[in-house]
Amino acid sequence: MTDVSNLEYTVDVQGLNKHFGNKHVVRDLSLRVRRGEIFGFLGPNGSGKTTTIRMMCGLLKPDSGTGTCLGYDILRDSAEIKRRVGYMTQKFSFWEDLTITENLDFVARMYEIPSRRQAVRESLEGLGLTARAAQLAGDLSGGWKQRMALAACMLHKPDLLLLDEPTAGVDPRARRDFWDEIQSLAAKGISVLVSTHYMDEAVRCHKLAYIASGTLLVQGSAAEVIAGQHLSTWAIHGNRLSELQQTLRQQPGVAQTVTFGDVLHVSGTDANQLQRIVESAVGSSGRRAEPIDTSLEDVFIYLMGRREEQSGGQP
Amino acid sequence: MKQRHGFSIARWWSLVLKEFTQLRRDRLTFAMIAGIPILQTALFGYAINTNPKHLDTAIISADDTNITRSIIAAMQNSSYFKVVGELPNEAAAREALARGRLLFVVSIPAGFTRQLLRHERPSLLIEADATDPTATGSALAAVNGIVQSVVQREIAGPLAMLQGGPAPFEVNVHQLYNPESITQYNVVPGVMGMVLTLTMVMMTGLAITRERERGTMENLLAMPATPMEVMTGKLIPYIGIGLIQASIILLAARFIFHIPFLGNIGAVYLSTLLFIAANLTVGITFSSLARNQLQAVQLAIFYFLPNILLSGFMFPFKGMPTWAQMIGNLLPLTYFNRLIRGILLKANGWADSWPNVWPMMVFTVALMAVAVATYRRTLD
Repeated sequence: MTDVSNLEYTVDVQGLNKHFGNKHVVRDLSLRVRRGEIFGFLGPNGSGKTTTIRMMCGLLKPDSGTGTCLGYDILRDSAEIKRRVGYMTQKFSFWEDLTITENLDFVARMYEIPSRRQAVRESLEGLGLTARAAQLAGDLSGGWKQRMALAACMLHKPDLLLLDEPTAGVDPRARRDFWDEIQSLAAKGISVLVSTHYMDEAVRCHKLAYIASGTLLVQGSAAEVIAGQHLSTWAIHGNRLSELQQTLRQQPGVAQTVTFGDVLHVSGTDANQLQRIVESAVGSSGRRAEPIDTSLEDVFIYLMGRREEQSGGQP
Repeated sequence: MKQRHGFSIARWWSLVLKEFTQLRRDRLTFAMIAGIPILQTALFGYAINTNPKHLDTAIISADDTNITRSIIAAMQNSSYFKVVGELPNEAAAREALARGRLLFVVSIPAGFTRQLLRHERPSLLIEADATDPTATGSALAAVNGIVQSVVQREIAGPLAMLQGGPAPFEVNVHQLYNPESITQYNVVPGVMGMVLTLTMVMMTGLAITRERERGTMENLLAMPATPMEVMTGKLIPYIGIGLIQASIILLAARFIFHIPFLGNIGAVYLSTLLFIAANLTVGITFSSLARNQLQAVQLAIFYFLPNILLSGFMFPFKGMPTWAQMIGNLLPLTYFNRLIRGILLKANGWADSWPNVWPMMVFTVALMAVAVATYRRTLD
């Protein structure tokens, strides 16, 4: 049971619920992460992503629900799970008053890694931080902190990485390097569950889940998620787009309008109706409209909006 | 499925190392570890005196004779009174007392000596600024004896019959353990308990809330360490610090204040260890209650005040009303004060010490149970 290579799902949880006081933070959440899969976890702030991740790695006990993580029961075997999972917290949570080496060494000792010194040295080399090994972790820049955190999470060679918004506040170059690294880890068979707000990161995931107000709304590959919402989208180019956006928004067949720079995306669930609306709106105004593939971002904004409508419409 | 919850020495040691490394980096805290005991011992040791001497005294003399001059000289010689001048009248005396320029005014009425020789029992008036009873108490207690001895010495020869016979019985007072009433004998050992209470409770309270406040606790909890390892690993360095502080104070007590070390030094250290343990459990409990470091400090101060006031460190324990003694009896410092003074000054042995040892043990075990129960293993 401990041999991960025989497991189909490294994370397999069903019906997780968590309350903080009388706030229902996670509702009936079920999800599965395959071995070697990069699983993107998306959703607005405060939607329950961090709570879900904490329940998976044994930091929080779910109020109800069952599940396994690397084959271990998340309710009973949290000690076993902690040994085998690499968890990177949203906020940098290593010791800023310890040097990089001291931090890595401490982590290595905590996981009782055999040939500890060598593991730490290799980790430093892998990071390219050998020269700055004696620097305090608190003096590192955001990008380096996050690389150090990832290296520390990987020291004990976990089979599953849980990364909670690892790239928040990191520059684009460092983000790209970080994701290259994650993809090479996944290629080695490590499963990665990563929460993010960035669409360019979401499209690099094998699988996605979208959570809002504690409820998992969709789950699947990017293509499945897009297809599942049955949205057609038109792109409108031209001038005075915000004026046009105002009028289009009132139309019953238009689900949403989003401006991306000088392009207006108009989406709706009924393709024929949407075409009529867009064509009549553009008319002879000199603007230009064309049907495009609905993007992941369109879908997520649509999901977020719908969720707000639903929760707003209910008493 | 077998769960490995065993205590790992390797993990525990890494936690100890980490705590020491962080402590070493925190220069101010590091300096305070040695600074607090040195400063407090020096301050309290030299500053506090519950048997004050050389108190400013003025005389209103309406009768200047050999005898009255002898009385004044004897008061000066007792070292309690320091005659700083003469005052013309009662009004001037009241004014000086009201303004706090003097603590005592001695009025010798006109014809004092004549009345004395005529056996008319004249009165000497001593007015004292008794707003602070401790300041004037010892001097006033001594003054009757001083005057008496002068009269006995001065009135000799044919007038000896004026002395009156000796009292029909004698009272022998033996001031045991501190015959000269040296305040430092009482204060310096007391400082030890006070310093340990302050640093132990505050530092452990801070050590754990700091991890929580900085978010590193989440990381620690996500690692395989057990609560027992984390807690003891964080505490061990502070036990060492407590012992260092105790040693600094003991050295000062022995070689600067020359306090007698009559008892067993091993017993002193054993008591100190137990007392440190008691305070660490308070620190951990506070750290589970406090949401941040500021709250932890506030709780420590809240705990510190009754410890200073009600433990018998500053004011006599027996002088407090029963309810206050009951509060005092809940504090480990009360027992530690008695224990350490008993061992150092009275050479108390095991049997004499036991009544002060077991309450500290009960306190420690009870609070440890609370601390383990409230330690947040998971984040909720």
